[in-house]
Amino acid sequence: MKLRFWSLLPARLTGALLLGIPLAVIIAYSLLTRGDYGGVEQPWTLDNWARLADPLYLAIVWRSVWIAGVATLLCAAAGFPVALFIVRSGRWRNVWLQLVLLPFWTSFLIRTYAWIFILRDTGLVNTALTSLGLIHKPLPLLYNDGAVLAGLVYNYLPFFVLPLYATLEKLDTALPEAAADLGATPWRTLRRVTIPLSLPGIIAGSVLVFVPCLGAYLTPDLLGGGKTVMIGNLVQNQFTSARDWPFGSAVSMAVLMLSALSLAAFLRHRTARELL
Amino acid sequence: MRTRGLASWTVLVLFFLYAPLAVLVAFSFNTSRFTVWEGFSFAWYRAALSDPALAEGLWNSLIIALAASAIATIIGTLAAYGIWRRPAPWLAGTIYLSLLTPEIVTGVSLLALFQWSFRFLHLHLGLFTVVAAHVAFSIAYVMIVVSARLREYDRSQEEAAMDLGATEWSAFRRVTLPYLAPAIGAAALLALVVSFDDYVITSLVAGVDSETLPMVVYAMARRGVSPVLNAVSAFIVVVFGALIVVSQRLQER
Repeated sequence: MKLRFWSLLPARLTGALLLGIPLAVIIAYSLLTRGDYGGVEQPWTLDNWARLADPLYLAIVWRSVWIAGVATLLCAAAGFPVALFIVRSGRWRNVWLQLVLLPFWTSFLIRTYAWIFILRDTGLVNTALTSLGLIHKPLPLLYNDGAVLAGLVYNYLPFFVLPLYATLEKLDTALPEAAADLGATPWRTLRRVTIPLSLPGIIAGSVLVFVPCLGAYLTPDLLGGGKTVMIGNLVQNQFTSARDWPFGSAVSMAVLMLSALSLAAFLRHRTARELL
Repeated sequence: MRTRGLASWTVLVLFFLYAPLAVLVAFSFNTSRFTVWEGFSFAWYRAALSDPALAEGLWNSLIIALAASAIATIIGTLAAYGIWRRPAPWLAGTIYLSLLTPEIVTGVSLLALFQWSFRFLHLHLGLFTVVAAHVAFSIAYVMIVVSARLREYDRSQEEAAMDLGATEWSAFRRVTLPYLAPAIGAAALLALVVSFDDYVITSLVAGVDSETLPMVVYAMARRGVSPVLNAVSAFIVVVFGALIVVSQRLQER
C-alpha cells in the first residue's frame, strides 16, 4: 500500500499547487480592489461581482450562452447521422471513427486560421465566387457570428460524435428492428426508438460541446473580430489590456460557475430520463 | 433512415472536416501570394525556414513540449496506477474537471498564482512557468490513456510476482510497467501534441523570452493571411497527424 501513496503524491501536489491554489487566488482576487498600476489591493469588496449585473456584461453572458447553444444544436444535427452511419458500417467502424476524430488532434489554432483563409474578403470562397462572376464585391463572411459558429462547430463536432457513437454501439439492434417489423416507418423508428434510447449519448455530447463553446476564447477572437465578444474574450481583456484583475477574476469565476451549472443541469436531466 | 442517405451525409461532414485543412496545405505550395493558383513552388517553405521568429518559436515550443510531456507522463502514469489500486475520487475529480475548465480561466488563474508568488520569490514569467502550466493540463490526457489500459490489466499478475518474492516496487517495475509501456508511449505523444499546440494558456503565462510557435502563428494570423503561415500550418498539420496516428496505434496494441 506504500507504493500507492507515493505514486499518487506527485499528482496530488501538482493538482493542489497548479489547479487548486490558482482557483483560490482567483476567488481572493475577485474580492479585492484594483490597484493604481493594475495590481490588486485591499480593501475587500463585492463591487466586482456587483458589476457583473451591469446590462453591458449581462449582454455578453447572454450572447455566449446563445452562441454556445446554437453551436451545440448544429453539432447535434450534423453529428447524429454520422454516428448512426458509423455504428452501422460494420467492420469499417473504426476507420470511419478515426477519420472523424483525427482532425481534432491537428492544431486548434491552425484549424481556426484555416477559416480565416477561406472566409476573408480575398479568401477562397470570395475569390471563387468573383471569378465565376456570381458576385462583384466580396461577401462579408468573416468577423461575424456566422464565422464564429462555423469555427466552433468545426472544432467541436468530434466531441459530439464520440459519446453518441459509444451509446449507439451498445444499443440493442433488436429494438429498432422490432419497431420496423411492427410496421413503423424508418423515420418513426428513429424518432420513437433510436433517439430516445440514445439520449444519454446525446446529452453527454451536448455537454462536451456546450461547455467548451461557452468558455471559448480563441475562436471568437480570431473569427469574430472585434464585434463578437464572448465571455472568454471579456476575461482575457480584463487581464491584459484593461488590467482590471479583480473584475477579470470575478468574470472568470462566473464562467466557471456557468460551466459547472450547465454540467450539473445536463447530468441531472440524464439521470431523470434514465429513471423514467 | 436509409443507409445511403446516412453515408452521403457522413461523406459531406468529412468533407467539411478535411477540406479547410486540405486547402491550406494545397495553397502553401502556390507560387502566388494570393488565393489564386499560379503554379507549384516551395518558396513559402524556404521563407518559413529562414524566418528567425519562427525558428525561435519552434525551438521554445520543442523545449517546452518535451519537458512538459515528460513530467506529465511520469506524474500521470503514477497517478493512474495509484487510482487503479484503490480509487481516489478527489484527485481524479480535480484532474478530470480540469479538462472541462475553460482554457482562458485556467490561464488567468495560473497567471494570478505566478504573479502572486513572485511577490515572495525573485522570479519572473518565462519558460518554466509555461512548462508548469502545460504539466497541469496534460496530466489528465496521460491519465485517460494509461487508465484505459489498466482497466484490462489483471491484478493477479502483480500478486503472482509478489508471491514469488518480488517487492511491491519491483513487481510494479518489472511486471506492470512493461505491460503499460505502449500506453505510456501513446500518452507521452498525446501530451507532446497537446502541449505543443496550446496557445491560450501559454500566451498568458509566457514571458518576453519564451514566445512559442503557436504565439508566433497567432501574431501572423492576426496580421492577416500569409502564404508563409500556410506553409507553417501544413508542416504542423502533417507532423501532428503523424504523431497522433502513431499514438492511436500504440493504444490499440
